[in-house]
Amino acid sequence: MLKDITLGQYFPGNTPAHRLDPRTKLLAVVFYIVAVFSCHSAWAYILTALVLALSARVSKVGARALFRGLKPVLFIIAFTALLNLFYTPGEELARLWLLRVTREGVWTAAAMMTRITLLITGTFLLTYTTSPIQLTDGLEALLGPLKRLRVPVHELAMMMSIALRFIPTLIEETDKIMSAQKARGADFESGGLARRARALIPLLVPLFVSAFRRADELATAMECRCYHGGEGRTKLHVLRFAARDYLALLFYLALAAGIIVFD
Amino acid sequence: MSTMLQTEDLRYAYPGEEGAETVALDGVTLSIERGSFVVVLGHNGSGKSTLAKTFNAVLLPSGGKVYVDGMDTGDEALLLEIRRRVGMVFQNPDNQIVANVVEEDVAFAPENLGVPTEEIRRRVDDALAAVGMADFTLYAPHLLSGGQKQRIAIAGVLAMRPECIVLDEATAMLDPAGRREVLDAVERLHAEQGITVVLITHHMNEAERADRVLVMNDGRLAMDGAPREVFSRAEELAAMGLAVPDTVALLRRLRAGGMDVPTDAVTVDECVDAILREF
Repeated sequence: MLKDITLGQYFPGNTPAHRLDPRTKLLAVVFYIVAVFSCHSAWAYILTALVLALSARVSKVGARALFRGLKPVLFIIAFTALLNLFYTPGEELARLWLLRVTREGVWTAAAMMTRITLLITGTFLLTYTTSPIQLTDGLEALLGPLKRLRVPVHELAMMMSIALRFIPTLIEETDKIMSAQKARGADFESGGLARRARALIPLLVPLFVSAFRRADELATAMECRCYHGGEGRTKLHVLRFAARDYLALLFYLALAAGIIVFD
Repeated sequence: MSTMLQTEDLRYAYPGEEGAETVALDGVTLSIERGSFVVVLGHNGSGKSTLAKTFNAVLLPSGGKVYVDGMDTGDEALLLEIRRRVGMVFQNPDNQIVANVVEEDVAFAPENLGVPTEEIRRRVDDALAAVGMADFTLYAPHLLSGGQKQRIAIAGVLAMRPECIVLDEATAMLDPAGRREVLDAVERLHAEQGITVVLITHHMNEAERADRVLVMNDGRLAMDGAPREVFSRAEELAAMGLAVPDTVALLRRLRAGGMDVPTDAVTVDECVDAILREF
């Protein structure tokens, strides 16, 4: 079925990773990130990578899908690696005019690349196995204690889920407006950056106007269905921790703790 | 029968620029019986949508009173109870669906009302079954057709267990098939669960389903009666910019052409009978 929406990230499935409570997965990712940032030695990196590979295996997410998320940040990874490669002082290995490559540089560059790759693929694994709605529910529950500090947690979660709900609607509308403008001779494809940006104005104006009208109507419809904020609200799906959630948490906590202590 | 909705000399004015006001409702007094099926007709700007919005306190009267089941809509303490009893379905299905999974959307109202989890589940399943959408529980609403989305919107209102449903031009954006789906669902709810229905529309043909037709014109209640009674006054309707349903129009033309048919048969079946009787 289609719990899948919008971002094209979530892979619907029924693996143990999908069945975990979203709060567990969010916390696990936090532990995992701590672990990645605490890695110093090669064996720590290898251990973390093994944990990632195991998690991906359990989630039935293939390597290709996992690394696809790296595409947009490839440039940043390469840039970071190059900087580290050339600007780390230490024992010189090779020299090309002003640029020196050091033994330490090679190591730091490799470590940096691994670190960024591990971070991004790890967090992608979360969005691959958790639907946006579960993610919002999980975040709202985890951030719940902040309500006492008057952080509008419920409102933020509601905004996030409404935003996700309206992405497909607005995309559809953008397509419609674009076709309408093209039919009247608008040109969105040719010309330089400035010209193409200018061509978007007649697209954005009606889109904004309609988004405001939608927001207004949605607000009325929500009020008609007795929405009055998060107070006294119940849920169709209540989040519950099961044994597997405790196990998973313990596993990732052990990873983070182990790396901090021994590395 | 008791009264579900009641207005007393209801007035409503939209604030305009520089203190100018647009009067949308100008002294409307009416009462709608519990369990009835009422169609409100009127051309654009006649005040019919404004009237609908006063029925569950989305708009509060500028003058006069509105009572829902005897409760004054001006009483803020009764707001949630009034909105629970009078569910409202709007024109654009996309702008009233809150969640991105059908069941979550239907659950929205009971969640707001603080209904316990198991009871929400039951209400969601009942509501989806009642509008014939039980097979779509886990679908994403944006992948459904207009008529299906509008039935989800009705289910979302049904989950509050309302006593009255107001449909504010809820079929205006749908194709004929979608319109039929929605009207059939509404008719079933009226017949099977005894829910009071107020259907606001400018499609004359939808009025054949009603047991009472109200015609709004310039913020006033211009006509009030059974469909056949209202549609027999075709000239008056035409003066307000309204046409009669196709069935009545056909019979009037036949009569003008010399056939001795009655002109007050509103439904298609009645119309067919009336014509066949001439042969």
